[in-house]
Amino acid sequence: MKSQIILEAHDLSKVYDMGEVRVRALRSVDLKLYCGELAVLLGASGSGKSTLLNILGGLDRPTSGTLKYKDHDLSYADDEELTEYRRQSVGFVFQLYNLIPSLTARENVSLVSEIAVRPMLPEEALEMVGLGDRLDHFPAQLSGGEQQRVAIARAVAKQPEILLCDEPTGALDAQTGKLVLSVLEKVNRETETTTAIITHNVAIGGLGDRVIRMSSGEVTELEINERRVSLDEVEW
Amino acid sequence: MVVRALNRKMLRELWQLRGQLLSICLVVAAAVMTLVTLRGTYEALVRARAEYYRDYRMAHVWSALEQAPESLRGIIGEIPGVEAVETRVSSYATLDLPWLDVPGQGLFLSIPEGRQADVNDVHIREGRGVRPGRADEVVASENFFLANSVELGDTLDVVLNGVRREMLIVGSAIAPDHSYSAPPGVLYPDDERYGVFWMSREVLGPNLDAEDAFNEVALRLADGADDAAVIRDLDRILEPYGGLGAYGRPDQFSYKVLNDELTSNRTTGTAFPAVFVGVAAFLLNLVLSRLIATQRTEIGALKAVGYTDGEIGFHFLGYSLVAVGVGTILGAAGGVWTGGWMVGLYEEYFKFPSLEYRLSWTLVLIGSGVSLLAALMGGVGAVRKAVSLPPAEAMRPAPPARFKPGWIERAGLGQMLSTGGRLILRNLERRPLRALMSSVGVAFSVAILVIGMFMLDGVELMMDLQFRVGQREDLAVSFNRDLGPEARHDLERIPGVTRVEPYQNVMARIRSGHRKREVTITGLEADGQLRLIVSENRRIHPVPLEGLVLSEILAERLGVTHGDTLTVQALTGLRRTKNIPVRDVVKDLIGTSVYMNVEALRKLTLEGPRLSGAFLLTDPARVGDVNAELKRAPAVASVVSPMTMFESFESQLEDTLFIAVFFLIGFAMLISVAVIYNGTRIALSERGRELASLRVLGFSKSEIATLLFGEQAIVTVIAIPFGWVIGYGLAYLLVTGMASETYRIPLIVSTQTYLWTAIITIAAAWGSGLLVHRRLNQMDLIAVLKTRE
Ligand SMILES: Nc1ncnc2c1ncn2[C@@H]1O[C@H](COP(=O)(O)OP(=O)(O)OP(=O)(O)O)[C@@H](O)[C@H]1O
Ligand SMILES: [Mg+2]
Repeated sequence: MKSQIILEAHDLSKVYDMGEVRVRALRSVDLKLYCGELAVLLGASGSGKSTLLNILGGLDRPTSGTLKYKDHDLSYADDEELTEYRRQSVGFVFQLYNLIPSLTARENVSLVSEIAVRPMLPEEALEMVGLGDRLDHFPAQLSGGEQQRVAIARAVAKQPEILLCDEPTGALDAQTGKLVLSVLEKVNRETETTTAIITHNVAIGGLGDRVIRMSSGEVTELEINERRVSLDEVEW
Repeated sequence: MVVRALNRKMLRELWQLRGQLLSICLVVAAAVMTLVTLRGTYEALVRARAEYYRDYRMAHVWSALEQAPESLRGIIGEIPGVEAVETRVSSYATLDLPWLDVPGQGLFLSIPEGRQADVNDVHIREGRGVRPGRADEVVASENFFLANSVELGDTLDVVLNGVRREMLIVGSAIAPDHSYSAPPGVLYPDDERYGVFWMSREVLGPNLDAEDAFNEVALRLADGADDAAVIRDLDRILEPYGGLGAYGRPDQFSYKVLNDELTSNRTTGTAFPAVFVGVAAFLLNLVLSRLIATQRTEIGALKAVGYTDGEIGFHFLGYSLVAVGVGTILGAAGGVWTGGWMVGLYEEYFKFPSLEYRLSWTLVLIGSGVSLLAALMGGVGAVRKAVSLPPAEAMRPAPPARFKPGWIERAGLGQMLSTGGRLILRNLERRPLRALMSSVGVAFSVAILVIGMFMLDGVELMMDLQFRVGQREDLAVSFNRDLGPEARHDLERIPGVTRVEPYQNVMARIRSGHRKREVTITGLEADGQLRLIVSENRRIHPVPLEGLVLSEILAERLGVTHGDTLTVQALTGLRRTKNIPVRDVVKDLIGTSVYMNVEALRKLTLEGPRLSGAFLLTDPARVGDVNAELKRAPAVASVVSPMTMFESFESQLEDTLFIAVFFLIGFAMLISVAVIYNGTRIALSERGRELASLRVLGFSKSEIATLLFGEQAIVTVIAIPFGWVIGYGLAYLLVTGMASETYRIPLIVSTQTYLWTAIITIAAAWGSGLLVHRRLNQMDLIAVLKTRE
């Protein structure tokens, strides 16, 4: 079903050179992301999940290995090309919401829609995450879950090809976390945006099309789910 | 151990903050340096003057007169309050200097034989004084001596009282009443052509037909004596002897020029350091309070592990101590250097037995003390805020700032802005006071630029009006005594002279109510075209057929205006008194002048036509011949060309003003850079996370830079007109503080000056932006996202 490759990493390594010690955060990782899929990344703390996601999203460069986005080789992309890649093709959601405190929900989203080529209306994006009635609230006037949903709206407003989420529910309670995940799942389903979600919560694995497990900088296991379970079935 | 860890933290952070601390350091250094230099120079001059006047017995009251018998000295000594009387003979004489193509001029003064003068003693700098019984010895003023590279034992050809004689230069000297010397009627030195010479009274007296007689008297008064009363008594005593009007120190040329210089020096020596210290204080305050605010959570943690408020407070104040301490050392060192250099410059124009720059620790203390105080005020407020919180609360990040649309957006202007524009606007509106203060800081630097450049404008205008617009002659000739009308034809007959316009000077006392002044009235011909009366707005004032034209500053001092009548007494000849109306008041820039139509002037003196000198136009090809001819004429005292005057004045300015302006521009840029660099760095540290998020969202570096620098750009743009206004205000204060009878700088700020100050400030802002831009490029997106503010 979802067979077209959108992002392909081959033999990726990342070494942090700290003088005396060299931390090998990624060791020869091979990974493909398919169009429209929802992938869940699991792994112990320090296993290299964030490092991988950051490289996939063009926030960081690998020490060695190649990264291909569609037909573009991003391995040797310069800063400008990476900026362009993030600007048009990637949406990020982080554990810390990273909203701009001086802008309202709507304006935080406009920030992105103003620079994208085929954006959604900010109102539409916020409607999608269930915040159609909180358009003119500042981040300080929103709860953590609401802020995270604004962050999701901001990430999807540019209609990215890829949505990358690093522990999007990490700072939220179970109830709110579920709500945020349901939003991400809905976005993936409705817009067919390739989505990767990092989580510590093994139970969430069932939500995805695939589960990628990492350990000590290596992808240790790839598991394909026959069927995506619904949120109601997930034991938190 | 505990303290060592804290110190390590401080060292590490000092290094991280090195750019910001360095800029503050430099501003403190500039503040201390200007204070130590300018104020220090002022104090050195004041000290040198006081010692000089005391040790060489500078007179309190002077008078010149036609001639009086020496026996009058006893009578003068009996005036109440008079402590010492010295009489002398004096005369201008023409010098024939082989190395000059124009005649030189000398003021010959007598010194008593075989004793020191009781009043206005001379200080020998090189060689020796004149020996009794030697008829041909003179001591030359040091300025003349140095300017002409004279050597001891050289001879000098002098035409004294119509007789040519050869004199032997045996020494060089200075004297307190000639600490600044310039040719008669001129305000600036011309040391190559003019000098003061001292001769023995027994030699000079007979030469001037004044044996046992004198034509100048100088008095020293007892403490608390009434100057005005002494002057009145002296005038009364000298009246029958052709007294030319007694005057006190405020009207004595050397004293006045030096005093005016000290006044303006005190004005600049106070104003500039005040501005610098103020800006340094402001910056320290800004940076420290911000630095501490970013360390809120660390302060909480330190408190939680048991540090006392005092230890924490002291730790943070350490930053200010380092910045102020290093700045003070740099500033004091720089100040000693520039102070010594400035005093050296003064030494070329004002002669003192010992003028010496000394580093004043009081000034260093004041400069660093004020800076430190400001640092403490900035630091203490922020530290107090941080330590007053319970540790648990301090460890949590500060609650997010409340944002709401500000008044600009509520006024409906928000629609016109992009989201980025709104972002900039809201950050400004959230901290209006800080933005305002930054603007004030930059505005002061603009103001300093305005002052510096306006002075250049003003002096240029002053010179232009004086030498190009007002003095149209090629040569101005003055005679050593008034000549009859035939002198005009003698001049006209010189080959190469194409036009002659004679003038007549009359010494007079002018009086309005109880205010009086001794002045020289210049009588000009009605159809004169060579010497014009010009006001600061370049208007040319015609000489009225009747009545006086006065310099505005003189009119002010006399309390008269256009239409009032003055009582004028000629101090020569018949000494007639007449009421003469003031017909015009001219806002001129240099000196004090009184003009009259020469025919009207003769109605006062009731003498036939007399010529004190003339203005000449010459055939440019034959100037040399004309000069040679004039040099041979025994009656010619001096020949001056406005062009050479202009050049010597300009070279004097290059020495002083240009360098001062250069420093001002440097300091102004330093302030701008310091304010904007710190403002941007602070914005970057406060909003680094926000900017990193935007980079993650796909904003390019230049878009981020726009957001970051937009705020500073607005601050700068607001500051510029603001600075113009402050600059104009400061210029006004300076102009009024420095205005003197010697010169007035016009309060005219040209459009170019405004433009240049804007350009320089924007360039400085741009440069500071570039400094920060590097950091923006190095921003680690991932690290920023990982840390929680
Ligand atoms: N900037 C850095 N410098 C040095 N080492 C780093 C840096 N960033 C990450 N590492 C190291 O790389 C390894 C992988 O880190 P990464 O953040 O990818 O882990 P993670 O799987 O996301 O962990 P967590 O679930 O705790 O977020 C870790 O050992 C970490 O210490
Ligand atoms: Mg992680």
